[in-house]
Amino acid sequence: MLQNYLFVLILSTVALIIPVAAIVLGHFLGPRRPDPIKTATYESGVETIGDTWVQFRAQYYLIGLIFLIFDVEVIFLFPIALAFERLSLLSTLAVVTFVLILLLGLLVEWRKGALEWE
Amino acid sequence: MSLPEMSALFPTLQEVIFVLFALLIAVTSLIAAMAPNLFHNALGLVATLFGIAGIYFMLEAEFVGVSQILVYIGAIATLITFAIMLTRGMMFGRTSAMNRQGLAGAIISGLFFVVLLGIVFQVPWPNVVADITDGEALIANLGALFVSTYLLPFELLALLLLVALTGALLLARDR
Amino acid sequence: MWGNNWNWSEALTQFQMRLGAPEGAARLVAYGLGAVVLVTIALTLVLFLIWVTRKVVSRIQDRLGPNRLGPYGLFQSVADALKLLTKEDITPRNADVISYNLAPVFDVFGVFLTLTVVAWAPGLIGADLNIGVPFLVALGAIGIMSALMAGWSSSNKYALLSGFRVVAQLLSYEIPMVLSMFLPVLLIGSMKLGTISASQSLYLFGFNLGLGWTVFIMPAAALIYFISALAEAEQTPFDLLEAESELIAGFHIEYSGMKFAMFFLAQFMNSFFLGAIAVMLFFGGYQGPFVDQLPILGAFYLLIKAMLVYLVTQWIKGTFPRLRVDQMMQFAWKVLVPLVLALVLWQMIVMKIFSSSWMQDVSILIGNLVVGGVVLNVISNYLRRQKVVTKRAFEPKSLIGVMEPVVSSGD
Repeated sequence: MLQNYLFVLILSTVALIIPVAAIVLGHFLGPRRPDPIKTATYESGVETIGDTWVQFRAQYYLIGLIFLIFDVEVIFLFPIALAFERLSLLSTLAVVTFVLILLLGLLVEWRKGALEWE
Repeated sequence: MSLPEMSALFPTLQEVIFVLFALLIAVTSLIAAMAPNLFHNALGLVATLFGIAGIYFMLEAEFVGVSQILVYIGAIATLITFAIMLTRGMMFGRTSAMNRQGLAGAIISGLFFVVLLGIVFQVPWPNVVADITDGEALIANLGALFVSTYLLPFELLALLLLVALTGALLLARDR
Repeated sequence: MWGNNWNWSEALTQFQMRLGAPEGAARLVAYGLGAVVLVTIALTLVLFLIWVTRKVVSRIQDRLGPNRLGPYGLFQSVADALKLLTKEDITPRNADVISYNLAPVFDVFGVFLTLTVVAWAPGLIGADLNIGVPFLVALGAIGIMSALMAGWSSSNKYALLSGFRVVAQLLSYEIPMVLSMFLPVLLIGSMKLGTISASQSLYLFGFNLGLGWTVFIMPAAALIYFISALAEAEQTPFDLLEAESELIAGFHIEYSGMKFAMFFLAQFMNSFFLGAIAVMLFFGGYQGPFVDQLPILGAFYLLIKAMLVYLVTQWIKGTFPRLRVDQMMQFAWKVLVPLVLALVLWQMIVMKIFSSSWMQDVSILIGNLVVGGVVLNVISNYLRRQKVVTKRAFEPKSLIGVMEPVVSSGD
């Protein structure tokens, strides 16, 4: 079984080498004539004012949080799917409750307006 | 020297890979703690978590490894990055990783390292020789255990996540 | 040779050992060879896909598309790649050099790793991981990190904003995607893509028709997967973070030359692979008639099916209006997630209540038809509303009197 992951490791190495090689090759093949205008930050016709930072809405953070919670719950479902055939009725009920709680969470978000994106 | 004796002198491939992963974890966790830029700290943390996932895969705990990547890198690291980017000073300013407690921190973590080292050498670790042949059955067993032996913690986990979600909603709302 | 447990890596290793190589080295060589072959196939495929995209989209827009280089302009993408290779590699002054250069590498890396679990034919799968399906989802995390890295390190307002939007989009659509991938896993009871493909066979008098596709009993799951995959691959109608026809391009705005090409490559491969995953999970993977007799036919079937899915995405790209960001987020959380959760619940209950497998299949199909109907209804309502809004504000009048406007062929 560990051999499978040896293959993943080798494929990872190849998958890292290829983009690095392409970028390095492009770096040497292409011309290199930097000038202050060219390396300036792209902006619609005017110089960038201030730094890049803009006020982000907390909404992004909220989406991240909701995702995290769903992600954790979904990952628990996967091993249960493999054993689903031999689960007892009580266990099945437990899984169904688990998913129902997940749905309840979604409902709470909905009611509280966390899913609105203005 | 015969061939088996000679091969005993060389580390096995598995050992080499383990050392490489361990080095990755060590270096990137130093970056996570010491780099002067908070975003670089976050990236260092991501790389550390990757290394730890690699160790899990080497221990043939594939499901734990994949959960590690999915939850910690996919969700938690993203969340940390979002949090960093929500504040101006943290994003581009160079924060010092050190404060006046640097020395004390170094001593405490050094001592903690010694304690851990002691534990590592003291504990009679089980010596697993046999290969895990059916990893899939292992994961299925894990799933069955969730909803039989560990049924109560499993349901409590769902409730805990629900509570966490409601709490997060209260805290993070704009208004 | 193509026995029940035939496996490419074992066969290659055995072959080398018969030639006298030690086992460890033989295995390493076999894996290395496999990895290089897979990556080469993927790269060739991308060159072809770029050509397909340009041809299809230009057909839809009533243009010819590339037709100069080689037969039907087939070598156009090679020329484009060479051109990108000789372009100047600009690093913006304010960029954070490390993350700026690492982001395109990681983006490609994450997508390449998908190749690990693509089941081309029985026994012809990079590594049939026990955790195949979650592994595929986990790879998405790498894409999210690279988008954040690119957006932040370019030190450009647009790049950063777009990076944030991409991440919000990817996160929102990942949940319905994982849950819809969970449905065939629950039905088949395995997360191995090889096993999932193998179990979608259909035997009739001992002959494998290869038509036991899960899509026949869970069409709604396939539909929801497909919609989420479009969003994950940042394809129209979910490409508003890029909107290449009207806005400046996304989180990779500051990238040029080969680094830009890497993002481009990753996006093309990703949209093709998401189609290939759809094929493996819902459309039978390598299954098809005569695949038992001639297993290599499986790779052919898989490629054809994946290409058909890809053509559908290009068709959508050419014809669908783009969504607004709030519509997109709400569609994920308020339509797809609750519906797919309902499907999960229904399937779990049904699989426990009925013991006979055909009763299970029929009930799952009924649940799926209901859910699929709801999804399609939402989409068609949206499109009908959209049509009213985007109706021409003025009729085009020709400036020269003799040129009458052609009767619109339905645009």
